[in-house]
Amino acid sequence: MAEIRLVNIVKKFDEDTVVNNLNLTIEDGSFTVIVGPSGCGKSTTLRMIAGLETPTSGEIWIGDDCVTNVEPGKRNIAMVFQNYALYPTMTVRKNIEFGLVNKKVPKAERESLIREISEIVGLTDHLDKKPHQLSGGQRQRVALARAMVKKPKVFILDEPLSNLDAKLRGQMRRELIQLHKRLGTTFVYVTHDQVEAMSMGDQIILLDKGVTQQMDSPMNMYHDPNNVFTAEFIGTPPMNILERGHLNTVLPTLFENVKYVGFKPEHAEIIGETEERRTDHVVLQSEILTTETLGAETIYTVSNVAGMMNVKSFDNPITESNNVQIAIPYEKLYFFDEQKERIRFLEIDRAVSQPKPAIVGGV
Amino acid sequence: MTLANPNEMINHKRERSTFSALNWVAIRPYMMIFPSIIVFTLFFLYPIGYMIYLSFYDWNFISPDKDYVGLSNFTALLQDPKFQQVLRNTFVYSFATVSLTISISLLLALWLNKKGAMYGFVQGAIFSPHIISLVSISMLWMWIMDTDYGLLNWFLNLFGIASIPWLTDPKTSLLSLIIVAVWKGIGYYTLIFIAGLQSIPKDIYEAAALDDTSKVRTFFKLTLPMLSPTLFFLTIIGLIGSFQVFETISIMTKGGPINSTNTIVYYIYENGFRFFKIGYASTAGVILLFVVGIFTFLYFKLLSRKVHYQS
Repeated sequence: MAEIRLVNIVKKFDEDTVVNNLNLTIEDGSFTVIVGPSGCGKSTTLRMIAGLETPTSGEIWIGDDCVTNVEPGKRNIAMVFQNYALYPTMTVRKNIEFGLVNKKVPKAERESLIREISEIVGLTDHLDKKPHQLSGGQRQRVALARAMVKKPKVFILDEPLSNLDAKLRGQMRRELIQLHKRLGTTFVYVTHDQVEAMSMGDQIILLDKGVTQQMDSPMNMYHDPNNVFTAEFIGTPPMNILERGHLNTVLPTLFENVKYVGFKPEHAEIIGETEERRTDHVVLQSEILTTETLGAETIYTVSNVAGMMNVKSFDNPITESNNVQIAIPYEKLYFFDEQKERIRFLEIDRAVSQPKPAIVGGV
Repeated sequence: MTLANPNEMINHKRERSTFSALNWVAIRPYMMIFPSIIVFTLFFLYPIGYMIYLSFYDWNFISPDKDYVGLSNFTALLQDPKFQQVLRNTFVYSFATVSLTISISLLLALWLNKKGAMYGFVQGAIFSPHIISLVSISMLWMWIMDTDYGLLNWFLNLFGIASIPWLTDPKTSLLSLIIVAVWKGIGYYTLIFIAGLQSIPKDIYEAAALDDTSKVRTFFKLTLPMLSPTLFFLTIIGLIGSFQVFETISIMTKGGPINSTNTIVYYIYENGFRFFKIGYASTAGVILLFVVGIFTFLYFKLLSRKVHYQS
């Protein structure tokens, strides 16, 4: 078990800067998810922790050891690859055993370890098969078993679920959470899927273009985004970001430095076209473009003066009319400045007489 | 002439058309491959059959009569000490050539399987002998291996090593031919090995690195098994090819000195086209066919099970 620290990490491929001055601490025993769009440097960061890439500058610490120039095999790390990277010519048993033989673990101990681990991941019946005889989910388990059997200080997982179908992915997600609880080891998990990040991680690191956007717990990430990037990345559907210029009629008295206004799809309420104006809400006359009924919830895409936006509702789908009003409470608004950074702690001035708000504030 | 029942006629017609349609469906594939079957029969099956036929006869190529001699060609050939040496030469030549070419090319491929101008140049350089005709290569090496004026001996003399009569001493003549074959072969083999190496997924090497695997173990446990289809292919074509070696022998040594470089195909040529013992030569051809057949069969039976093909 060990804490991982990245200090001023820079990684360049030729002239391309993939990771730019990254500083982060992955807590001991945490399930940390590094998430971001493709090309954000998340896999490179992971591979630097594993030792498969060498940083251009900066230091990597695992526990009390600086491992920047230590070989991958000596870092006491196990990795699960996106394509599993099983040894194709070896049976499942040999795959799991391979690292142990390298470590010169005695045969009796190896066998008991293999038995124990294959029990945990449910591979006992498949030990003598070759990888190509297994299904995707089973291969994934072999990769996990191969990592677990080494009893590493850190587990590294590089998009391990992206090759599985949706149902199996959900199942493996829950199994990984349980596995992490059971082992108590540090997990570093890379994905481009914010759902995986939200559901599995207890710490999320959001990267974009090699720069950390936010490092937080899933709930803080969701409810308290630092900037527009985070707000637009997390959540299904993510936060709606509106340009301030489009809102002058409904929010004329907003602070000068607010350039973007955001709200979450579930915080908007759909009300009838003729319903009376609500005093402490932003109300937008809108047209419903599409309706996605998901059973428990319905997602509408609506169009209005401020552009297109998503609204999530837990009521029965609206069928009567496409012309509605959407209402967002003032206190559920998020504000961002010109650099798309969050402006916090704006209070609503309720003293001024309605219907026009003087200064509005949000979360 | 009576009119046939029109219904009957229609029925008859329909029957015939369905019959021929069915027939056409059944025949079509054979019709499609018919042209190649003709070529195959004319230039492959017929000569083999004729060779087997001739092996039971005594014939000199010119006389209109062929004398049937039964199995006496076979008994004579197998008891002929010259032919026994020919067989021995062929086996030694084949195994030495194939094993040396494969091991040297594999080492070269491991070294050259990198990006960079230098590696590309070396790859091109060692491949170039492959595109030169064997006749030119033979002439070139006759000069290089010349006892008195050869480059090789001049080079050895520089280091104080006495001149070696490469092609004129029965002790070294077969080795000299093996050297030429290996020199010509490694470029092509290396190229195929590099292609094989590049088809191995990179991430299994990364997994092996994380498993703290030594280089030697990575080679023997990952690279070599993953290369097994390439290795298998090259061994098969290498063995079959070297069993049939002819040009270098014909130009460089003519089977000599004292029969030391005579191999099956050259022996067949010698008997057939120089001594006009066609029946005898055909018998040797049958034996070559048999030996190559057995080898191929054994190889596929025994080794193909160990070959791993990527799915």
